[in-house]
Amino acid sequence: MSAAAAGDEASARRRRPRALTAYRWELRKLRAQKRTYIGLGAAVLVPCIFVVALMVEAGGPDEVPFGRYVRETGLAIPLILLIFGSIWLFPLITALVAGDIFATEDNHGTLKTILTRSVDRGQIFTAKLLAAFTYAFVALCLFAGTALLLGGLRFGFDPLTTLSGTTVSSSRGLTLIAASLGVYLLPTLAVASLALLLSIASRNSAAAVVGTLMFSLILQLIGIISGLDFLRPYLLSTQFNAWQGLLREPIDWAPIVRAAWVCACYGVPALLAGWIVFTRRDVAGG
Amino acid sequence: MGRDGAPAVSGAPPIEARGLVKRYGRITAVDHVDLTVERGDVYGYLGPNGAGKTTSLRMLLGLIRPDEGSARLFGRDPLRDGAGALEGVAGFVEAPRFYPYLTGRRNLELCAALDGGDAKTRIERGLDTVDLSDRARDRFGGYSHGMRQRLGIAAALLRDPRLLVLDEPTTGLDPAGMRDMRRLIRRLADDGITVLLSSHLMGEVEELCDRVAIVRSGSVIYEGALAELLRTAAGGYRLRTSDDARALELCSSEPGISEAEATEDGLAFAADEPAAGALSLALAEAGIEIRALIPRSASLEELFFRLTEEDGNGGLPARERAS
Repeated sequence: MSAAAAGDEASARRRRPRALTAYRWELRKLRAQKRTYIGLGAAVLVPCIFVVALMVEAGGPDEVPFGRYVRETGLAIPLILLIFGSIWLFPLITALVAGDIFATEDNHGTLKTILTRSVDRGQIFTAKLLAAFTYAFVALCLFAGTALLLGGLRFGFDPLTTLSGTTVSSSRGLTLIAASLGVYLLPTLAVASLALLLSIASRNSAAAVVGTLMFSLILQLIGIISGLDFLRPYLLSTQFNAWQGLLREPIDWAPIVRAAWVCACYGVPALLAGWIVFTRRDVAGG
Repeated sequence: MGRDGAPAVSGAPPIEARGLVKRYGRITAVDHVDLTVERGDVYGYLGPNGAGKTTSLRMLLGLIRPDEGSARLFGRDPLRDGAGALEGVAGFVEAPRFYPYLTGRRNLELCAALDGGDAKTRIERGLDTVDLSDRARDRFGGYSHGMRQRLGIAAALLRDPRLLVLDEPTTGLDPAGMRDMRRLIRRLADDGITVLLSSHLMGEVEELCDRVAIVRSGSVIYEGALAELLRTAAGGYRLRTSDDARALELCSSEPGISEAEATEDGLAFAADEPAAGALSLALAEAGIEIRALIPRSASLEELFFRLTEEDGNGGLPARERAS
């Protein structure tokens, strides 16, 4: 049988790959890149440094929520670190991969390689989006998990004092921490969405990472200007504190609900714009 | 029609482009290009650097959108039908690119996964075909240029293509690498795979291709059979006589003879066969002995320069087969 005839037969029997296949390969590519481990390493290292600092120094971060209870229970450690991490750490960790995941294809000229196989641009977009979100989720879990483990080993897993002054059992405290991570994930994914858009539009990893970080810092800055108080509830940076509603008794759902739609207002248009640009753009160069 | 619902049109040519135009600002990179590559063709897409060859190939594969015109692969439109239009099509545009942090084999596994089906089973065969089995565990970033080109071919073969689109596949290879690559292309073509070969290397096209399109400044200035092009462009003669000076005077006055000129070893002139015959009789009547009258064969390289450097079309039919 000639190669051409074999090709006819192969085309006829070939099953088209699913977006899930492309997603798995995006994860494999992430696992093979050093950049991935820089972000994940930071997510592990920062809690380590924080716990070591608490062991070395006598005082604590009394001015932040849960700061006063930091030596009473290890359950407070991940919650305090969530507050510190929102300033620049998590936007940076998230942007490191989300800002790179499309631009690196331009950098290596590999977009044409994958777009001339049997997958559509929409499938590639979906796979990369899910991979960037997965990485952000894993980084957050590593961050909180490391903080919880080290905090618990050093200060024990005693009951947690809520922001309302009541005490909750260790098991409920753990549940609330897990739920807090879920709420914290909302602005994290919105930041990832903005980084993805910048990665697609700029085709330059450094520009996308720095741009995302700059955007986050500008929102932080707007948040501390007293004359712009009216904007604060709608800033993406503010939503990084929405999880604190879970640590009140009764639970204050208002900031959580607001975080959901405010984050959607930032993330969904960014993803939509990213989709449109990516699925319609010319793949030149490389 | 969606990505899964784009069946190949029975009997449609592997490539059919009509009126492709691509502009970048004021620059028209591709200017109303028509191309038809038939099944079994080894089709040379020939032009100087910057003539718009790669841009055309990108449009054919759906990587960039034409400003005007359309392209079809086996009757399917890559822009409308998405990846479905690329079924049975493989190759690379410019240099093949892969992930530098993955091994050669891992890169092929990725390509196979994105091809779906049983492409994975063909990885070993592909590596073997391009003689890369020994280096398959090395990272692509450490590959030489030749190895990268060969990995590009291996990745293309995973798709069991019916149409292979290759953009300057021998560029940057050493002579042995070029020879091996050409042999490989010839072998694939002999197996019945249609090949579109973009190149600026005349010898390569002359050796491998049976049909050609020659592009200049974004426009196709010739499309047709290579043999026909060479035959049409010939039509000149070299002449040596016992008295070249008188023979040149005679050439200048003889009907059907043009471009007569003295050369280092005699005379050269353009004429068709009857005019050359009439000239030989005239020379004999004038008592000038003909020592050699040799038809001048044109090389592709000579024709290429005539076509791409002159303002006109070098005396050739502008398009052997216009759409």
